[in-house]
Amino acid sequence: MRIGEAVNLKVARENPATKTRRTYQEFAVPYETGMTVLNAVLYAKEHFDHSIAIRYSCRMASCGSCGMTINGLPRLACYTQITELPNSTITVGPLDHYPLVRDLVTNFGGFFDKHKSVAPFILRTDSCQDTNPTSEFAQTPQELDEFLQFSYCIKCGLCNAACPTMSNDPRFIGPQALGQAYRYIADSRDEGAIQRLTAIDGEHGVWRCHFAGSCSFVCPKGVDPALAIQKLRRLTMIKPGAPRKGAKLEPPLDIQ
Amino acid sequence: MAFDVVIVGSGIAGLRAAIEAAQVSNGNASVAVITKVQAMRSHSVSAEGGTAAVLYPDKGDTLESHIYDTIKGSDFLADQDAVEFFVRAMPAEIYRLEHWGMPWSRTEDGRIAQRNFGGYNFPRATFAADRVGFFEMQTLYDTSRKFDNIQFLQEWFVTSLIVEHDTFRGLTAIDMKTGGFHAIEAKAGIIATGGGGRLYRFATFGYSSTPEGLSLAYHAGAPIMDMEFVQFHPTGLIPSGILITEGARGDGAILVNKQNERFMKKYAPQKLELASRDVVSRAIMTEIKEGRGFKDEISGMDYVLLDLRPIGADKIKSNLSGIREIAIKFKGIDPIDEPLPVRPVCHYTMGGIRTNIKAETPLAGLWSAGESACVSINGANRLGANSTAECLVFGAQSGSGAAAYALKQSTHSLGTQMVQKEEKRLYDDILHGRGSENPYEVRDKLQTIMDTHAYVYRDGVGMTEGLKTLRNLHKTSFRHVDDQANEYNSNFINVLELEAMFEIAEIVLSGGIARTESRGAHSRTDYPQRDDANWLKHTLAYFGGEGPRLEYAPVTITKYQPAERHY
Repeated sequence: MRIGEAVNLKVARENPATKTRRTYQEFAVPYETGMTVLNAVLYAKEHFDHSIAIRYSCRMASCGSCGMTINGLPRLACYTQITELPNSTITVGPLDHYPLVRDLVTNFGGFFDKHKSVAPFILRTDSCQDTNPTSEFAQTPQELDEFLQFSYCIKCGLCNAACPTMSNDPRFIGPQALGQAYRYIADSRDEGAIQRLTAIDGEHGVWRCHFAGSCSFVCPKGVDPALAIQKLRRLTMIKPGAPRKGAKLEPPLDIQ
Repeated sequence: MAFDVVIVGSGIAGLRAAIEAAQVSNGNASVAVITKVQAMRSHSVSAEGGTAAVLYPDKGDTLESHIYDTIKGSDFLADQDAVEFFVRAMPAEIYRLEHWGMPWSRTEDGRIAQRNFGGYNFPRATFAADRVGFFEMQTLYDTSRKFDNIQFLQEWFVTSLIVEHDTFRGLTAIDMKTGGFHAIEAKAGIIATGGGGRLYRFATFGYSSTPEGLSLAYHAGAPIMDMEFVQFHPTGLIPSGILITEGARGDGAILVNKQNERFMKKYAPQKLELASRDVVSRAIMTEIKEGRGFKDEISGMDYVLLDLRPIGADKIKSNLSGIREIAIKFKGIDPIDEPLPVRPVCHYTMGGIRTNIKAETPLAGLWSAGESACVSINGANRLGANSTAECLVFGAQSGSGAAAYALKQSTHSLGTQMVQKEEKRLYDDILHGRGSENPYEVRDKLQTIMDTHAYVYRDGVGMTEGLKTLRNLHKTSFRHVDDQANEYNSNFINVLELEAMFEIAEIVLSGGIARTESRGAHSRTDYPQRDDANWLKHTLAYFGGEGPRLEYAPVTITKYQPAERHY
C-alpha cells in the first residue's frame, strides 16, 4: 500500500444491552507505513466515530488486550500489519466464544475463572514459600526449557476463540487453562501435578479436545497448547502414584 | 461496597501489594485490586531487561556497590536512607518470585543468571530472557489467585479519592462494563497506577499509561514530588517508540552515528554504552544536533543506530528473543543481520506521589508504590533494572503497612455529599458536557507540547512557551463525550484521562521552569551545571486551584556526599 491510500475498514457494531443487532460500519483510513490493525481502528475511533468500543493497551503484543476477529481469524490487532492481510478490505469483530460486552469488547470473566481452576501457581508441601527466602531452588537451563514456551502465554484468549470444541461445549476448560496446567506441572519446582490432573480429568476437561490444533495455530506468542494437552493426556493415563518432590533449595546467600 | 484495603492499579507494585496484604493479614483483610484494565494488561508487562539485586557476594558484588551506583545514578537527588533500605530488601524479593514460579534465566549449574546494565559496577540485573516485567506480572498474578481474600475489580476506572480530615476513606469509580457509578468504602488505600508517560507521543508506554493516579492523590492534598525529572530511555525504536531493552547494550550492542563512529567513547570513556540513561540519551541528542545522526524520511525522525551484531546470533536468540521478535514484526529488521534505528524515548517518570520508606503518603490511610510513588530512590535519574525492583520492595511495604493499619480501624460510612458532587462532575459536566474540540486531537497537541519543550534538553524559554500553550489548550472545549452508551464507554474514560494529563503536564513544566540547574534527566541548556548550593532539594507540587503551588524539601544524605559523575 502507498502512504495516504485508503484502507477500507469494516468494524462490527453491536450492543447486547440495548438489543441492537450487529452491523458493520465502514471507514476509509489513510494508510501509514507500519500501520497495524489497531492503529487503523484507533484512527477511526479518534477521527470518525468516538463511540467504537475497543480494548487495547500496550500496542506491542505483550499485554493481550486487543484480541479480535480480523478477516475471520482471531488475532491481536496490534500485532497484525495492514500489509500482511491479503484482502484490501479489513473486517474486524469481537472474538468468538466469549460473551459480548459491546462492539469489539468481550467479557473475559469466565476465561479468568477457568485459568484459576487449574491452580496456576507453584504448589509445594513444604512451607518455604511463606518464609523470608535466602536462596533459590536449583533449576538447570534444561529443566527451565521443559516449561518455558508454555509460560509465554499472555492470556489474550485467542486460542479459546479459535477452538472448535469451545463452540460445542462452553464448559470445556479450553486450551489456555490446559496449557497453563501443563506449564506448572512441568516446572521442576512444583509438586501439584496430582491436584491439577484430577481437576482436568473430567468430561469438560482434557479428554474433550479433539485435536484440531487451531489453538497453537493462532497463538501470537508461539505457545503450543495442543502439545500441552497431549502431554497432559499421557500424564493422566499413567497417573504418577506419588507426588514428585520439588527442586531443592541452594545454600543461603552470605551477604554482608 | 466495602473493603479493608483497596489497591488502585494491577501492575507489579499493585499485585505485589495485594499478595503481601493478603498474606500478612492471614486472610483476615479483604483486599480489592481495582484496575482500569484487565489484570495482566498493565504496562509492567512490557518491562524487558532486568531487576537489580545483589545475589552474588561470592563473585564480588556488594550491597554497598548497588547503593552507591543507585545514588550516583540519581545525580545525588535520591534519599539515601531509602536507597539503603531498598537495596537490602531486594535479594529476598528475587528469591520470593523464584519460589512463586518466576522463570528466571539460569546458569548451567542451576543458579539465577544476571546480566550487565547501565550505570552498575557489577552485572546485577536479574533476567528472564528479555521479558522480565511480563514474567514478573505472570508470576504475581498467578500467585494472587491462591488467595481467596484478593478480589479483582477489573476495568473499573477510579475517578476520585474520598478523603475526610486528611484521612483516606474510600473512592469513587465507574464500572466500565456497565457504566455504573460506585462509591467504595475502604479503610486503607494504595495508589499503584504506574507512570504517566503518555504525556509524550514518542513513549515506550502503552496507551493506558496516563497519570490519573497522580491526579487523584494531588486533588486529595498529597504533594507530587520531582515531576520535572522525566527519563528518556536511549533506545526507543522509531517511529513507534517501542522499547529496545538496555539488556541489548548490557549483552554487547553498540551505538553508532552516521560516520560509523562508536560515539559513546567521547561521552563516557569507561562505561561507553553502559553509562547511565541520562548520559547516553544526551550523547545521542548531541550527535543528532551536531549533524551526525540519520533522518527517517517517512516519519521525519532523527536517529542513530543500535548494532546488536557484536552479541552474536545465538545469544540474541536466547537472551533477546522478545526484542528480536518486535524488531522483525514492527520494523522488518532482524537485529542479527542489521542495526536498529533508535532515539531517546519517554520511558519513566522519576517523580510521583511523595512517600516515605514505608510507602506512606502524607495522607493517613493512603500508600503509594511503584512508578506512581516518589520515595525517592531514583532522584534525578533512575538506573535501569531498579524500577521493577522498586515495585517489588515498596509494593510489599505498602501492602503490609496498609493491611496492618486497616485491621486496626473501625468501619466508617461515607458521607454522601462528596460522592454526589463527584457524580455531578462526571455526568453533568463531562459525559453530558458540550464542546466542539475533538478530545483526541487536543491530546495529540498536548503530547506535541511535551515532545517539543520537555524532552532530553530543555530551556527556560521553551518550557515557558510550552506552559503557556498548554494552559490555552486546557481552556478549549474538549470536555464532551460523543459516545453516550453505558457499556464500555472508553470515549468517556479517555476524556477523564485527558483532564489528568493536563494537570500533571503542568506540574512537569512548572517544576522544570523553576529548577534553574541541570541534574540527571533535567538538562537545561541555559543552566548546564548542577547547582548543589541552591538545588539539592526535592520539588513538591501541591494542588492550588490555579496551577500547582511549589514547595521544596531537603534530600536525605546519610554518608554519600554529592560528587561529580563520570562514567
